Amino acid sequence: MFTSLGRYILLLRLSFRKPEKFSVYWKEIMREMVSQGIGSLGIIAIISVFIGAVAAIQVAFQLISPYITKTVVGSISRDSTILEFSPTISSLVLTGRIGSSIASQIGTMRVTEQIDALEIMGVNAPGYLISPKIIAGITMIPLLVIISVILGLSGGYVACMMSRDVSTTDYVLGLRDGFNPVTVTVCAVKAVTFGFIITSVCAYFGFYTSGGSLEVGQSATKGVVFSCIWILFADLVISSLLL
Amino acid sequence: MIEVKNIYKTFGENEVLKDINATFKPGKNNLIIGSSGSGKTTLLKCIVGLHEPTSGKVLYDDVNFTDMHFEGRVPIRKQIGMLFQNSALFDSMTVEQNIIFPLDLFTNMSKAEKHERADFCLERVNLAGKNKLHPSELSGGMKKRVGIARAISMQPKYLFVDEPNSGLDPLTAILIDNLISEITQDFQTTTVIVTHDMNSVMGIGDHIIFLYDGKKWWEGTNHEIAHTDNKELNSFVFASPFMQAAREKL
Repeated sequence: MFTSLGRYILLLRLSFRKPEKFSVYWKEIMREMVSQGIGSLGIIAIISVFIGAVAAIQVAFQLISPYITKTVVGSISRDSTILEFSPTISSLVLTGRIGSSIASQIGTMRVTEQIDALEIMGVNAPGYLISPKIIAGITMIPLLVIISVILGLSGGYVACMMSRDVSTTDYVLGLRDGFNPVTVTVCAVKAVTFGFIITSVCAYFGFYTSGGSLEVGQSATKGVVFSCIWILFADLVISSLLL
Repeated sequence: MIEVKNIYKTFGENEVLKDINATFKPGKNNLIIGSSGSGKTTLLKCIVGLHEPTSGKVLYDDVNFTDMHFEGRVPIRKQIGMLFQNSALFDSMTVEQNIIFPLDLFTNMSKAEKHERADFCLERVNLAGKNKLHPSELSGGMKKRVGIARAISMQPKYLFVDEPNSGLDPLTAILIDNLISEITQDFQTTTVIVTHDMNSVMGIGDHIIFLYDGKKWWEGTNHEIAHTDNKELNSFVFASPFMQAAREKL
């Protein structure tokens, strides 16, 4: 375990060496941003709307009583969406979408000697392959999480509109009631951290793939599994420290 | 000129290379031959720095490459071109982008100059007009030729070729051999080729090193190989009845 951790840290250090030519790296960063950001927009939109709607319905089911004001549905949906559903659930889904792609892409490059070809040319392969992905991850995943929050809360609104338990007015009042900006800070910290974990852990497993196509698949699986575990662990640490 | 001095390479308990010494001169096709598992690809990887030798050193024009760190090796690596066994073209790029890639990173050439260079390299390997194709649209032989075009795009001083004829039909294999030989002559590159293709050995082998059980077993030219009495080399080169018959006529 310590060997793997050491190799992971060394790989990260290599990844952030001075680039050979910034313009080439910049192009790669832009390409990765489009791939990770625009490419994941669809799945994030779908899961966010449904999770937001389900959250509102379940809170309404569990908490609506004559003794509790109906605006609580909006408040609880807002906090759980900002603090947990959008950053964590979205990141777990993005691990499958982005992380597996990174691990298999780099793993395939390794087993087909494309990484060797880069090294022979004098290119810092970890820098060229991994740093643009990490930079794209820590910028695009927070943006996707922001979109996820907006769509999640909109999903809750749609759920209220379709159900008779809570009115949309109560829901919106609940969203505004007792808003604590710290929740947004926690959400942003989580999103950036999870973006880093997804891209770097999956890139690590891809980079150290050896063998053939079977091992590429195994690396992608390992990358996704370890990223999910680290995301959940980081979620716990950030929540304990910041809340 | 490349000099290999007392190279040993061990993977765990397995000693793959044992005290290899060799000199590869410019303008010559230097072939490393040997049966599967004899250590020829490992030797090539030690020479280019993809593997670190357990002991010994590799000198590029008297500069000790083995003891250098990554940054120190970059100036030498810019003078290296390599054709890999499976071509190792970048899948996400077109043929032209593959060739231009090292120029993008290491030169300040203008866009027009880079395109001109790519056209020249493609013409050199008889693939003019294939600029916009992706590697997935190319045949095995074409991939090898694009690999050669990419390898020569930086006008390398040292050219390394790993199994250039594997998976190719005999005619295409001869074309690739001739192409490598012409490039070696034209650009006076120090070319090191790892192969077990006997047509290559007899056709373009200016200087041949035969590895057996991780050791340098024999060294000579393609003319000398036909008349050697080295038992292991003979059983490797003239293994087939056809080659034995051919040898008798030499």
